[in-house]
Amino acid sequence: MPIEIPKDKWPGSVKKVTLGATTAEGGTRSRSVTVGGQTTLPYLLFEAPTPNKPVVAIEIKSHKPDDWSPLLGEVWGDAMNDPAQWAKKAEEAGADIIVLALTLADSPEDAVKAVKSVLGATGLPLIVWGPGQAEKDNDLLVPIAEATKGEKIMLGICEDKNYRTIVATAMANGHVVQARTPMDVNLAKQLNILITDMGLPADRVIMDPTTGALGYGIEYGYSVMERLRLAALQGDGMTQLPMLVTPGFEAWKAKESKVGEGVPEAWGDWKARAIHWETLTAMALVESGADIIVLRHPESVKRVKDAVEELVAA
Amino acid sequence: MALSGIQIYKMLPQTNCKECGFPTCLAFAMKLAAKQVELSACPYVSDASKKQLAESAAPPIRLVTLKAGTEVKAGNEVVMFRHEKTFYNKPGVFIRVKASDADAAKKVAAADAYKVNYVGMDFVIDGFAVEADGGDFVGAVKAVRDATKRPLILIAKDVALLDSALSLLAGESALIYSADASNYEAFADVAKKHKASLVVTGDSLDALADLTQKIQAKGVEDIVLDLGGKNLSEWLQRSTQARRLAIKSNFRALGYPVIFFAGQNGAAKEPVYAAQAISKYAGFVVLDTFTPELAYALLVLRENIYTDPQKPIQVQPGIYEINSPKPESPVLITTNFSITYFAVANEVEGSGLPAWLVVCDAEGMSVLTAWAAGKFDAERIAKAIKSFNVADKVSKKRVVLPGHVAVLSGELEAELPDWEIRVGPREAVDLPGFMKQALN
Ligand code: SF4
Repeated sequence: MPIEIPKDKWPGSVKKVTLGATTAEGGTRSRSVTVGGQTTLPYLLFEAPTPNKPVVAIEIKSHKPDDWSPLLGEVWGDAMNDPAQWAKKAEEAGADIIVLALTLADSPEDAVKAVKSVLGATGLPLIVWGPGQAEKDNDLLVPIAEATKGEKIMLGICEDKNYRTIVATAMANGHVVQARTPMDVNLAKQLNILITDMGLPADRVIMDPTTGALGYGIEYGYSVMERLRLAALQGDGMTQLPMLVTPGFEAWKAKESKVGEGVPEAWGDWKARAIHWETLTAMALVESGADIIVLRHPESVKRVKDAVEELVAA
Repeated sequence: MALSGIQIYKMLPQTNCKECGFPTCLAFAMKLAAKQVELSACPYVSDASKKQLAESAAPPIRLVTLKAGTEVKAGNEVVMFRHEKTFYNKPGVFIRVKASDADAAKKVAAADAYKVNYVGMDFVIDGFAVEADGGDFVGAVKAVRDATKRPLILIAKDVALLDSALSLLAGESALIYSADASNYEAFADVAKKHKASLVVTGDSLDALADLTQKIQAKGVEDIVLDLGGKNLSEWLQRSTQARRLAIKSNFRALGYPVIFFAGQNGAAKEPVYAAQAISKYAGFVVLDTFTPELAYALLVLRENIYTDPQKPIQVQPGIYEINSPKPESPVLITTNFSITYFAVANEVEGSGLPAWLVVCDAEGMSVLTAWAAGKFDAERIAKAIKSFNVADKVSKKRVVLPGHVAVLSGELEAELPDWEIRVGPREAVDLPGFMKQALN
């Protein structure tokens, strides 16, 4: 007698969220990207297909960063001096989405200019991150949102400190917000409630539950994501959003990736280790339900995309 | 699957004769369910009930132990998701060599000597697999055995070869690869003879379940499953299905640990294949590539996934030197929650600025949580500064408090009257900037 495979039938599902608007949709993107829509746990094709496969975004900066690993400097080269060039190279490297991270040094005018130049250089959907200080984020993101009305970019980082301003401008200008909370299921739900209470439809919100790098707390992010996805499938509306993760940012902060000297011999070859660190951080988060994976190194992009292709193939 | 007190009660005689020392059969059943008494205390349980109760007490996934000079355990898992309880037995990481490879023993010796430290723990490669591929298999097993004391997996199709190789490993528990529908009888015999565990292969869960039952009937209990699967997707699905059947449906025929060969689709894919296997239920992961950087990354991933969510990794309280601090370098304070510690240590280390980092015993909680729970207060911080003799190491008595506990600065001044108390940033990422600007 054949074995009966236990299958989960869930009452809930993840909402679909689209980034980027094409000309027909009121923007200038050559294509849009839709994530979410899952009706079961990641890649369990015997229960349901993966309706939208996870996508990879590449993070670039408005100014050449002085604190990035030299290994990243090696691959991106002079393109790092010009966000438009950098975005083009990122697209060639396989990015589905560009993340443009602004810096504290950017004035609102500079920031708008950088965003416009990236939009001009690539047809991919865009995510824009402020420098990560609530007030400065507001100063930069509001004029950007206004200057890119209708492009359906994603505005980050939208946190409990500044969500009002970011959500208001996203609503007024047709954008999506990236809701970040620090590795906690309830905080994530709470922020989603606050955001949707303001009137932004849930299909314009992507959760960023935060994660640690491999070796630096990845297990917390991993389990928070598994719990969020389980809650979503069980029918908890305020967790039914796609998830964005930042393994590139996290892994390249870790000493294992960042530096090649003064580390134990048992850590092995620097470059290979750095790629493993980013790829494995990403891979664990792919398994726990990530929808948008933000990376930094082209080799990691390739490996993660290959893995995702295998996981969604029937 | 564990039975409830009521379910057990239904299997008892229900006569309330009190001979077990409890007033009623129900009271006894409750104690049994809580594993506080032995079933043998009741003289009247039927044989059928005994059998059923014994089965329900067995773990849903059998514990399989490979043994030589060291041990590797797999199985005994009880949950699908680590947050539900924890994952218990970390998958053994093995390196495969081929018998025909003249350098096999040398490769094994190099990987055998590998040791890497992570948060105060030493990680090593758990064992080795030797594959018969036309060369001198028995000779290769002997050479590998001389190069390592760790458990071995022997891979061969020829049972006679396995028999001779296993004779070299007397007193050990090796793992044999693999029995299928065509050869399981001979493989089971040889496994039994040498007290080895046996991998079964089959192209479906049905075929595997059928085989494990047949092999069990031949007296081999320590079975490991090779689920097959041609890519990440197939393997993930089969692994999830087998685990669910064992844990949720109490399906004994698949209640065994799983082995996964990460190099099956080439070295380029090996890291992600191994990573998926570690996250998704493998009991043994066999690599074809040994490099320190890959071993380190995978062993750290394994540690992270198998960390008990209820007991976060803690760092030993003490004074940590970052970037060779001098007496005039600043003294920074943090807690012994591993992530907090690493966030701080990593930022400071990355900045190249020297500092003394004092890690207080906050019972493994982050700064804010520990402060809220009363485990990170002025008294504890002062105690740490004193007991680690920080004053003897520095020329400038100045400590930097995490910004989140700025409220403690007054009390800390009272506790440490001859120290200057400074309030640092809230987040570790802002520490280098603060150290450059505010501390000079
Ligand atoms: S000895 Fe057995 S039959 Fe008697 S009370 Fe205890 S459980 Fe019931």
